[in-house]
Amino acid sequence: MGDIILEARGLTKEFKGFVAVNDVNLAVERGTIHALIGPNGAGKTTCFNLLTHFITPTSGRIFFNGRDITGSRPAAIARQGLVRSFQISAVFPHLTVLENVRIALQRKRGRSLDFWRSERVLTSLDTRARELIDAVGLARFVDSTAGELPYGRKRALEIATTLALDPEMLLLDEPTAGMTHEDVDRIAALIRKVAADRTVLMVEHNLSVVSTLSDHITVLARGEVLAQGNYETVSTNPAVVEAYLGAAHG
Amino acid sequence: MAAIAEVAAVRAARRNGIVTGTVVMTVLLAIAPFIGLYPVFVMKGLCFALFACAFNLLLGFGGLLSFGHSMFLGTAGYITAFTAKEVGLDPALAILAGTAASAALGVIVGGLAIRRQGIYFAMITLAIAQMMYFFYLQMPFTHGEDGIQAVPRGRLFGVIDLTHPLAMYYTVLVIFVAAFVLIYRVIHSPFGQVLKAIRENEPRAISLGYDADRYKLLAFVLSATLSGLAGAVKAIVFQLAALTDVHWTMSGEVVLMTLLGGMGTIFGPVVGAFVIVTLENYLASLGEWVTVITGAIFVLCVLAFRRGIVGEIAAWWSAHRR
Repeated sequence: MGDIILEARGLTKEFKGFVAVNDVNLAVERGTIHALIGPNGAGKTTCFNLLTHFITPTSGRIFFNGRDITGSRPAAIARQGLVRSFQISAVFPHLTVLENVRIALQRKRGRSLDFWRSERVLTSLDTRARELIDAVGLARFVDSTAGELPYGRKRALEIATTLALDPEMLLLDEPTAGMTHEDVDRIAALIRKVAADRTVLMVEHNLSVVSTLSDHITVLARGEVLAQGNYETVSTNPAVVEAYLGAAHG
Repeated sequence: MAAIAEVAAVRAARRNGIVTGTVVMTVLLAIAPFIGLYPVFVMKGLCFALFACAFNLLLGFGGLLSFGHSMFLGTAGYITAFTAKEVGLDPALAILAGTAASAALGVIVGGLAIRRQGIYFAMITLAIAQMMYFFYLQMPFTHGEDGIQAVPRGRLFGVIDLTHPLAMYYTVLVIFVAAFVLIYRVIHSPFGQVLKAIRENEPRAISLGYDADRYKLLAFVLSATLSGLAGAVKAIVFQLAALTDVHWTMSGEVVLMTLLGGMGTIFGPVVGAFVIVTLENYLASLGEWVTVITGAIFVLCVLAFRRGIVGEIAAWWSAHRR
């Protein structure tokens, strides 16, 4: 395997006796789209939360660009270039679309603790914010309140906000969940576009999206890695078929 | 497209409205002593309005409900009264000393409390405020139940004689308007933007690389400092620092003023503070019944008009424009 950007070794998380994630080893190659799939309750989202330290692992270590980030705070991990999205659309509902993206751009100017300055200093970020909004097809909605956008557009806004940070690696938690067909296609095309010069790790349920987008797939079941490989290898693996269709076979 | 232009227009109108409102408010307050309003009454209103505005900065824009804000009002009051009376400081320096003491207390309390959220945050602030109450009750320099009485108003910067009612009045007005403008600036600063983002969606703000706790701590300290300023000025105006200002009912009163006027609005806390101060003033003859009446108003406010007076007017106005 080539250049590894993100690696998890022996990642384990127990919740009061229940092992949600058990000894997961994961290596994401730089510049690829890596998908994390598995049936409900397989521990995919927990894995995500562990990787970005929104929850603390019981044991195991995480390396980003060769640096141990296991103990880093979530905000610090984001500043190193590993940025995540959320399963439920995560926008700032009462801010406008422009302000949403600007919050992300604002972070790159450093700590925003300057409470004595007018927010007009932020207008210098507007050009870049509009470019990003345009890129995800939201130009028409630039001054709308984010909370009023339809669901699919909120996801697009969230991606624009994430991209504003220009992250080295994106972690997308179910980017197409709950979307209509045309929205799914639009978001899939967007992910492909942004992955051109970045690494993407995504949790995804829509297998057609997974098959067309991902270079590499890790299948989780009951908190453990069941199989790894490309779509052909994984989809023909008997253990994977059983995990997905287990009940029907039993 | 029309909808977008409308949003932009509404925002511009709101900004103009706030500027106009601030000017009108300042002018009204400036002429208040000449249109028959009793200066001491207006000064009391202004002190509580500043206190409520400072509280609203934390609750309305930071999303943090403190139930111990009386400790900042009271601490500054005691320190200002003590330094003005016993140390003999210039009133400006005494106010500064009191405000600084509340700022320092804000750093400590905020540092402890912001680690928890919601009801736990409120409980920690309440618990610490109760500790401070008993501390002030026991400390000899506060004179316990008597309080620090007969605090000299003195001469501001050694020049302006604050024993003159109008000199005192305009000093309070200048301090209030300056603090009010500062709060507006904080809300509309790069910091204010991040604070709003954290209030709206904290995990997302963290995932964008913001250390939410730092921003919340700064908001807490700013709120504590400005609450302290209100308490410091109040001690000079009334020439008194007493236990009522550190009592937990004072923490409840500022919540009431803010909710009644309109949480998260610029003018709401000012309106709420004046309504409550007016009620207490005119219903004082009813004794204990004042508490029952303010309690009833609180229930009514929560049940019938949650956005508060200013919040409801603003909502009605924007609905009417469409």
